[in-house]
Amino acid sequence: MRRIISILMENEPGALSRVIGLFSQRGYNIETLTVAPTEDQTLSRLTLTTIGDDRTIERITKHLNKLIEVVKLVDLTEGAHIERELMLIKVKATGAQRAEVKRSVDIFRGQIVDVTSTVYTVQLAGASDKLDAFIGAIGETQVLEVVRSGVSGIARGEKVLSI
Amino acid sequence: MEKLSGAEMIVRALQDEGVEYLFGYPGGAVLHIYDAIFQQDKVHHILVRHEQAATHAADGYARATGKPGVVLVTSGPGATNAVTGIATAYMDSIPMVVISGQVRSDWIGDDAFQETDMVGISRPIVKHSFMVRDQSEIPEMMRKAFHIATTGRPGPVLIDIPKDKTAPNVKVPYEYPKKVKMRSYTPVTRGHAGQIRKAVEELLKARRPVIYAGGGVISGGASDLLTALARKLGYPVTNTLMGLGCYPATDKQFVGMLGMHGTYEANMVMHNSDLILAVGARFDDRATNDTSKYCPGATIVHIDVDPATISKNVRADVPIVGPVQQVLEDMITMLDEHGGQPDQKALARWWEEINGWREVHGLRYEVNKDGPMKPQQVVQALYKATKGDAYVTSDVGQHQMFAAQYYHFDKPRRWINSGGLGTMGFGLPAAMGVQLAFPDAMVACVTGEGSIQMNIQELSTCLQYNLPVKIVNINNQALGMVRQWQDMQYGGRHSHSYMDSLPDFVRLAESYGHVGIRVDHIEDLDAAMEKAFSLKDRLVFLDVYVDPSEHVYPMHIADGAMRDMWLSKTERT
Repeated sequence: MRRIISILMENEPGALSRVIGLFSQRGYNIETLTVAPTEDQTLSRLTLTTIGDDRTIERITKHLNKLIEVVKLVDLTEGAHIERELMLIKVKATGAQRAEVKRSVDIFRGQIVDVTSTVYTVQLAGASDKLDAFIGAIGETQVLEVVRSGVSGIARGEKVLSI
Repeated sequence: MEKLSGAEMIVRALQDEGVEYLFGYPGGAVLHIYDAIFQQDKVHHILVRHEQAATHAADGYARATGKPGVVLVTSGPGATNAVTGIATAYMDSIPMVVISGQVRSDWIGDDAFQETDMVGISRPIVKHSFMVRDQSEIPEMMRKAFHIATTGRPGPVLIDIPKDKTAPNVKVPYEYPKKVKMRSYTPVTRGHAGQIRKAVEELLKARRPVIYAGGGVISGGASDLLTALARKLGYPVTNTLMGLGCYPATDKQFVGMLGMHGTYEANMVMHNSDLILAVGARFDDRATNDTSKYCPGATIVHIDVDPATISKNVRADVPIVGPVQQVLEDMITMLDEHGGQPDQKALARWWEEINGWREVHGLRYEVNKDGPMKPQQVVQALYKATKGDAYVTSDVGQHQMFAAQYYHFDKPRRWINSGGLGTMGFGLPAAMGVQLAFPDAMVACVTGEGSIQMNIQELSTCLQYNLPVKIVNINNQALGMVRQWQDMQYGGRHSHSYMDSLPDFVRLAESYGHVGIRVDHIEDLDAAMEKAFSLKDRLVFLDVYVDPSEHVYPMHIADGAMRDMWLSKTERT
C-alpha cells in the first residue's frame, strides 16, 4: 500500500542523507521525495511516499523516529489528508493538436505557462493520479518532457505537524 | 571566559567528561590534538598498533565498566581502519565516542591527501555523527556526543574534525555545557504503567513461563532487578549470548544460553513456553531460528528501550518501551501490590519437565582417551583456574561458543564478545581495554589461531602498558566454525578453512617480550593455566593444541523451530 510520510526535521547539513541512507540500508523504497525549509528556518519539512504493508511501514516510521535529526513525523495516509504534486510538462502542439491540448489543459485545470509555435509548456497541480491521467489524455507520443515535484501533503482539519 | 584552541577544547571536554583513557593513533590531521594531549596529564592516551584495535579496546573498556569508550584517529586510513570497531560497537549497543581527524575544511572534496568522507562512510554504523564547522561548536558537540552515546539505547557517536578547526593560533571562549537540550532526541524514560500492569497479569497467569534476558539488561544496569524478579516468581531464566552474566549462570533457575548453540533445555523451554518475558533482547536470527515456527504457544511480553526493536523480528503481544531498570522495578512493585502468586502446581510440573530436558544433553561431549584435547576441556580448565571470577573476552568462532557454554558467568559485564557483528580480532584489544579498567583483575582472552592473527600486533601495546592479559589460544589449526559448516553442509570440503604455516606462537609471544606456553596434552593443561595466572604482571600466551574435528553442539537445524537441534554429529531432535 502506498503511504505518504511527512517528516519535520532539523534543517542541518547531513540530515537528508541520513533519511535517504536509512531507506537504502534497510532495503525500503522511496517512490517520491520533496524537501524544503519551513517558516521556521531551523526546520525542514520532508514528504516521501513509499510502498509497504503495515509491518514495513511500522518499521520505517520507528527507524525514522530514531534518527537524531528527525523531530516529528506522521503517516498522512492514516487520516484524512490533502496531497498535491506539481508537474511541468512540455507537449507537442502543432496543427489540430494545438486546440486539442488546450482543451485538455482546461479540463484538467492546468495552465499553459510557455508557448512556442510547436510546443506548449503546461503546469498542472493535483494528486499524483490526476497528473498520470493528464499524461494519458495527451497521449505519451505527444509528450516531450515531464518534470514532477513528488508528493507534498498535509493533514485535513485542525491537526498540525509542528513542534 | 577562558579561551582555548579547538584541539585544547577537545582535550578539555574529555577531561570534563571524566574520561580516563583515550585509545588512538596519531596522524597528520590530528597532530594539533596530539600536541594538546601531550601538554596535560588527566586523560591517558593509549597508543595501539592499529586503529581497529583502538575501537575494540575502547569497546572492551565500555563493556566492562559501563562508561563510554573514547577513540581518536586520524583522517583517511586512520578513520577507515576504525570502521570495523565502530560497527562492532553499533551492533552490540556499546557507548563509544570516536573523534576522527579530517583534512582542512577548504580542502574537503578535493581528494586531498588522506581525505575520506568519514561521516558518510560511518553513517549506517553510528547512532549519530557530527562534523565540526566552527571551533565554537566543539564544547556543545562533545557534550551532545557523550549524551547521545550513553543514553537510551547506547551506541557509537562520531565527531569528524577538520584540521584547521583545531589550529593552536585560533582561540575561542570555552565553557562546557552542563545540560544538553535536544528537541529531536528524547529517549523514553518510563515504560507505560498500563502495559506493565498487563505484563504482570500475563506473568501470573502463565503456566509454562520463561524469562529471556539479553544484553539490554546489562547495559541498562538491571541485572539485580532481573534476578530479584526471577527469584520472586521462580521462573526459568535463559540468556542470550549478549546477556550472559545478567543472571547468575550457576543458579538453579538458569537453563543456559539459548539460540543456535544454546542448551537443549533452554531451546526446549522457549519452544514449549506459554509466556516469554523478553527483557533487553532483540529476537536476533541466531536466537530464534525460523521466526515463522517460533514458540507457537507463547504470549510474548517484550521490554526494550528501543521502540524499533519491539515487534521487529517477532511480534510482541505486550510491548513495553522503556528503560529495563525502571520497568522491572515497577513490575516488582506491582507484583507485590497485586499479591497474586503463580500457579505453584503448574510451575512444579513445568520444572519437572525442564529437569527432564536437562538430562537429555547437558552440554556433554566425548573426551578423547589418548588423542588430542577437546576445546571444551580448555574452557573448563580456565573456569577452574580462575574460579569463575575472570573477565573473559573472546574472538569469534567455535572457541567463542565453547566459552559461552562452559564458562559460567555469575556477574554482568564479565563476558565480553562481539555478538552482533561477529568480529574476528576483537578479543585481544578488548581485553586490553578491560585490563586497563581493572588492572588487578584476571582478564582472559579466549581465542583461536585464526582470530588472534587478526590483531596479533597488539601484543606490542600490551607490553608498552604492562597489560597482563592471559591469552588462551584454542588452537585447532583450522577455522573451526567454517570447517564445522563445511562438514555439515558442504560434504566435508574444507575450502580454505585449513590453516597451515601457523607461526610458533610461543616464540612469537616471546619476541614481543611476553611469556609463551604450548600445551599439547591434557595432563599439562591445569598446570599451565595455574602458571599463567600465577604470573600476575606478565602477559601469558597459552597455545593449546586441540582436536580439529570437534563441533559445537547443540546446533539449531536451519529453518527449523527452537526445538529443532543437532545434539551431536549423529543425533538430532
